[in-house]
Amino acid sequence: GQFLGGLGFVMVEKGTSLLKMMEISVAEAEKRTGKNAVNMQETYTVYLIETRPVDAASEGTNPVPDSLWRRYSEFELLRNYLLVTYPFSVVPPLPEKRAEFVWHKLSADNMDPDFVERRRVGLENFLLRVASHPDLSSDKIFYSFLTEENGWKETVFETGFQAKADSRLKALNATFRVKNPDKRFAEMKHYGDELQSVISQLLRVRARAADRLYGVYKVHGNYGRVFSEWSAIEKEMGDGLQSAGHHMDAYAASVDDILEEEEHYADQLKEYLFYADALRAVCRKHELTQYELEMAAQDLTSKKQQREELATGTIRTFSLKGMTSKLFGQETPEQREAKLKMLETQIEEGEELVKERNAECEEFVKSAWVDIERFKEQKDHDLREALISYAIMQISMCKKGIQVWNNAKECFSKM
Amino acid sequence: MSASVVDNTVSSGNSSVAIPTDISGQILDLDEDDELEVFSKDTSTTQTDGSSFNASMQTSPASMINQYKFEEEEEDADTKDIFVTVDNPESHVTAIETYITYRVETKTTRSEFDSSEFEVRRRYQDFLWLKGRLEEAHPTLIVHPLPEKFVMKGMVERFNEDFIETRRRALHKFLNKIAEHPIFSSSEDFKIFLTAGSGELTSHKKQGPGFLSRMGETVKAVAAAVRGVRNRPQEFTDMQEYAEAFSQKISSLDKVTQRIVREQKEYLEELKECGPTYALWSQSEQELAEPLKNVAGCVDNCCKETEEQVKHLNDHLIPVLHEYVLCADTLKAVLRRRDNIQADFEGKTEALATKKADRDADSKVLSLAWDSLVGRSPEEVKQQKQQKLKGEIKEMRDELDKAEDRLEWANNALKTDWTRWQKVMRTDLRSAFIDTAERNVSYYEKCLAVWESFLQSQRTDAEGNGNVDSS
Repeated sequence: GQFLGGLGFVMVEKGTSLLKMMEISVAEAEKRTGKNAVNMQETYTVYLIETRPVDAASEGTNPVPDSLWRRYSEFELLRNYLLVTYPFSVVPPLPEKRAEFVWHKLSADNMDPDFVERRRVGLENFLLRVASHPDLSSDKIFYSFLTEENGWKETVFETGFQAKADSRLKALNATFRVKNPDKRFAEMKHYGDELQSVISQLLRVRARAADRLYGVYKVHGNYGRVFSEWSAIEKEMGDGLQSAGHHMDAYAASVDDILEEEEHYADQLKEYLFYADALRAVCRKHELTQYELEMAAQDLTSKKQQREELATGTIRTFSLKGMTSKLFGQETPEQREAKLKMLETQIEEGEELVKERNAECEEFVKSAWVDIERFKEQKDHDLREALISYAIMQISMCKKGIQVWNNAKECFSKM
Repeated sequence: MSASVVDNTVSSGNSSVAIPTDISGQILDLDEDDELEVFSKDTSTTQTDGSSFNASMQTSPASMINQYKFEEEEEDADTKDIFVTVDNPESHVTAIETYITYRVETKTTRSEFDSSEFEVRRRYQDFLWLKGRLEEAHPTLIVHPLPEKFVMKGMVERFNEDFIETRRRALHKFLNKIAEHPIFSSSEDFKIFLTAGSGELTSHKKQGPGFLSRMGETVKAVAAAVRGVRNRPQEFTDMQEYAEAFSQKISSLDKVTQRIVREQKEYLEELKECGPTYALWSQSEQELAEPLKNVAGCVDNCCKETEEQVKHLNDHLIPVLHEYVLCADTLKAVLRRRDNIQADFEGKTEALATKKADRDADSKVLSLAWDSLVGRSPEEVKQQKQQKLKGEIKEMRDELDKAEDRLEWANNALKTDWTRWQKVMRTDLRSAFIDTAERNVSYYEKCLAVWESFLQSQRTDAEGNGNVDSS
């Protein structure tokens, strides 16, 4: 893989069509003001997407990249389009809309420059993930998102994707009522739940610990101040105290860099927190297609049963019509004939529908499982890398600590 | 972006107080021979004043100074001939009270001790008594502080294990500081404290200046304090300023260190939840299970190390800083007592001058008239009066001489002990800080090893799986 973006952990498959052709980056962020939908002034941030043909760079020419500005809401629109259009894909998540799991030093303000910077990096990461996805990377809407500044929104809406979106209610209903979902998907969904829960917990605990660690380091800064003041009244001890004080100040200051690095680690965890949601979305879609198949099959079965009853004259299933005809007299043979004929048609249609739905379901299961496996590999790789980089960070922090305290010790010896 | 978490309750000493940086230089001047000349001429005339000093004052001030210097040089040769330990706290329950005693063990080669090993049991009250006696005998020498009587913070129960252990350590240090002090260690009271059985100690405690004479001293001291000192030599003013500033700084350090311990403890509380969370996660994973479990183990190990680190701060640095907070108070008290001695001297000087003025004044007309009424001749009366005044003046001059000696002795004792105290303080605090720095280094080294072993395990894993890890 190649080192991409500030996060550097995207496993990029060079084989995908889009990244063969172009380099993508989110280079900058800028504040803009303008009128919104209800004609009120608002301030928002735009991000500069730069693309450059891969060949050009390797030829050594280095032309100015093509670029356009996009808002976060446009990224959201793109993602929603992808979610609807590729329901069997685990669609890469966007960086969080609002800062969560913050510890006290970090601002929860969306306008905060640090937050904007981390979001810029997250957006770039998103684009690279999509561009390296075997299915998503060749999408035309995605391509025009990267290359056509004007009119893109209209193009997206024209696809009519919003109409294809499943209603939440429908999906929820399916989840509760589906009888035979594929076991693997059920397990995956459960895994998604667990992953989300445990990463949330980890992020919360980590944020609180970071807060406390900040306090520990910063209080050492007071040593610096007091040593300095104390050295003024001492003769022989003065120099040693004064220089030791400087090291205490350095120690206190070092925590800022340490915690900034840890934020990168938190961002890596967050990506998979949101990925868990994407994973569950695929599983829910499976439940929906399976449910619809089951519904169609159930409908077919009941229609067949009705036909049988009608043909043999036995009533096995209760129907109001049947009861009323019993009460008020039998149907005429002509009526029965007509009914039978209708049922036959419905059964034919029903069988078609079942075939269709079955094919859909199988198709979905096949494609989705491929992507889920791909996702699993990516996740295992990325998270392992994240843990390793966390260990490296801890080691770096320890080395800094050793250095500072050895220096301080030397100064104390001179007291 | 940095919101500093500086504790605003820590007293920020305004070191705009101009402390001459070469104050110790002035004190060190005592070592020069010409300073000693001031005392050698008084050797023949001065006596110890029985009312102010107790039995352990055996020699004249001047020779005391010489002896002091001599012993100090001996001290530097590092021949320690007395070892004192305080350990083994035990609880005693009686009808009226419950209290703790500590075992005090002494091993010594000193000839003034009847034996080379002693073991006695002492309670806090006994230590207080010893400290009081030493302070009485040497009002301007610096006695190392005792741990406090009560700990108000957090309502620590008197018989809490940690409290007892902290107190034991402080008592141990106290006795050792006394033993290392050139003058205190040869104190009779110290010897009795170390060697006497409890009955013997009780009866010895009853001796010494009685309650009334002690009250008398207190009244004198209060009167002198109220009067105030008029012409304090600059060097003692400098010492006072130093003591003030030192007190502020060491108190700040004490508070800062306690704050660090609090923050560390809270950090530890949060960190303790991280490991289990990683472990929980590992249960949902397959490929990731092993690295996650590994990380969980690493975090738990770091927690243990952090716990050890906090304990070390608590057990080593904080007690030392606390001792020196109390020392700072002792310094101020010692300077006050010296001031009182000077005030007493100044008072007596004034009184003598007034008496002399009386003597030189003309006889009063009124008294002559009275005297002639009762049949005495003016000459006779005048003679009687002159004799009486002469007697009074002689008495006062003797008193004044004693007071002057006391003052000079007090001043010199203080100056010498001040230098000594500064050396000891410097050694103590330096080694406490070095110790803390070393402990911190060790803490980070251990954590480093923990995480490096994790990296190692991941590398071997990766190699085992045939992947080349680009980390």
